[in-house]
Amino acid sequence: MAASSDGMALVAADLVKTYSQGRGTPPLRALDGLTFQTEEGTVFGLLGPNGAGKSTTVKILSTLARPDSGTAMVAGIDVGRHPGRARSAIGFVAQKQVSDPMDTGVENLVLAGQLHGMSTRAARSRAGELLERFALTSAARRQVKTYSGGMARKLDVAIGLMHRPQVLFLDEPTTGLDPEARAEMWAEIERMSREERMTVLLTTHYLEEADRLASRLAIVDAGRVVTEGTPEQLKSELRGDAVVIELHEASVISRVLESLGRLGGFRDAAAEGRAVRARADDGGAALPLLLAALDAEGIAVASATVSRPSLDDVYLAHTGHSFAAVHAGSSADARTELEEVAS
Amino acid sequence: MTALTNQARVAAPPATARPSFFRHTAYLTLRQLRAAARVPAFVVMNVVQPLIWLLLFGQLFTSVVDIPGFTGGDNYLEFLTPGIVMMMALFGSAWAGTSYIQDMDRGVMDRFLTSPTSRGAMMVSTLVYQALLTLVQSLIVLGVAWLGGARFDGGLGGILILLLAAMLLTASFSALSNAAALLARNQNVLIGISQLITIPLMFLSSALMDTSLSADWVAEVARFNPFEWAVVAGREALGASPDWASVWGHLGLLAVFTAVLAWVATRAFRVYQRST
Ligand SMILES: Nc1ncnc2c1ncn2[C@@H]1O[C@H](COP(=O)(O)OP(=O)(O)OP(=O)(O)O)[C@@H](O)[C@H]1O
Ligand SMILES: [Mg+2]
Repeated sequence: MAASSDGMALVAADLVKTYSQGRGTPPLRALDGLTFQTEEGTVFGLLGPNGAGKSTTVKILSTLARPDSGTAMVAGIDVGRHPGRARSAIGFVAQKQVSDPMDTGVENLVLAGQLHGMSTRAARSRAGELLERFALTSAARRQVKTYSGGMARKLDVAIGLMHRPQVLFLDEPTTGLDPEARAEMWAEIERMSREERMTVLLTTHYLEEADRLASRLAIVDAGRVVTEGTPEQLKSELRGDAVVIELHEASVISRVLESLGRLGGFRDAAAEGRAVRARADDGGAALPLLLAALDAEGIAVASATVSRPSLDDVYLAHTGHSFAAVHAGSSADARTELEEVAS
Repeated sequence: MTALTNQARVAAPPATARPSFFRHTAYLTLRQLRAAARVPAFVVMNVVQPLIWLLLFGQLFTSVVDIPGFTGGDNYLEFLTPGIVMMMALFGSAWAGTSYIQDMDRGVMDRFLTSPTSRGAMMVSTLVYQALLTLVQSLIVLGVAWLGGARFDGGLGGILILLLAAMLLTASFSALSNAAALLARNQNVLIGISQLITIPLMFLSSALMDTSLSADWVAEVARFNPFEWAVVAGREALGASPDWASVWGHLGLLAVFTAVLAWVATRAFRVYQRST
């Protein structure tokens, strides 16, 4: 364990956390053996449906909550044994707002710096720098309660950055931001991990965000990591691109399916109205062959598309629900389908 | 990170715990003073009720001093004033935990707890802030009592001791309130607990009435009442010929009581974190 965690900025090993739900009900198992590691200077994404245990993981790694069992390490420090030292190394941006609404933006930032041992002068100049970077300079001397949701969120992230932490926890940092502010936040997170070698643990419900920012990610469901890897790995694990052939008439469908079978290289072929869908390991190479074969048979094709699997497909495969469905429905049946996937 | 640098880090002294306690206490006290300065009406509001008691009781019960056996001097307003100051301190500090509840709701508490902020400083800063609030409010009450005709033979020294007793009382019950806030995490529960404790303490004391006129058991129980310690210390010190042994004895008890409660309340952060 010690040897394998060298060079790892974050280690969560077999974390278990239960919450009591009052008398008569069994305790709720929020984390059930959650395990992952993150290399220094990278962005690691945690994805998963509501209640999966993402925030609980962040709270344990940031010393706020204590696990029932398991080990958590940040920057080589065991969080359970040396919480004080771990706290100096981390920045914490919780899922909910963390700034004091009665103080101004500057006051929030300067206090955060002072509590981290910065001199008041150093804290002031760092605060000015961050306010500028997050386009909050004009609101710096206003009480935070007058900020818009997006402004307050940006201030939260700035607070987490005051002391230049080695590891930054961002629990849904872009929820509630408009598209422009979100893009700015993304650019800033990329810049921090690249230029300042900061390790970032990012939880998000935006698959696009995870795809763009995270060099590795884990999908969490019901307190466990159900799959982990680079976004590319996860997508290629689904084995193959989606190929869709749309036809002018439904009557030729059976002949198309026959051609697909003869050609080989296509899997999971299925008809859907006047279209045929299939998977191919290399869709770009397979499609011209298919089109040539259909042409030879005199079958007219209305359109043909090849698409790489999206992270949404990955999420669907592992949690048993498309992203939109998970958010609408309960996570209880997501769990049973997950077990089917796993078995 | 190699094992070697890990070793070196372990060997380093634990980031200078003592100096950061004092600095953190100062920063966090300033934060609360800033918030109070933004809503000055809040400070004044808390004094209105004690002033009403002072004037109302002061008028209603002027002849209490004529009851045979009353040992508290011959001016009821002068007798009453230290009692009112302590009542204000007691009831004010019962609400102290409210600021913790707000910080919890606002996520500020969790942010402090994940930073190297000293737990002791998080506790003590609120006690210092509440004590300063009591200081200002007590001066207002004393001023109004003076305008009402009360004259204190103890002079400046006596007033300083009264203020010290009021501040210690505030600190101790603020610590209790903070602990209740950390355990209950709920404003209504906090207020319920506070009233359960403060109201009986007020009646089992000589704040409003000389206990030598009450049932014997009241005087007996009052001896173990920290609120009574503050009332006695303050009233003695304001008198013409204070019993200094009693004054310092009661102040000492209050100081120990405050220190113990502050320590216990700081431990309550652990419970808060365990249930997070
Ligand atoms: N303090 C708490 N007390 C009791 N139960 C809790 C507590 N915190 C979290 N839980 C429960 O633990 C489970 C995991 O919660 P967690 O907040 O980690 O989920 P999440 O993955 O962050 O979800 P979301 O996407 O909605 O933020 C949930 O079932 C939640 O109800
Ligand atoms: Mg969450």
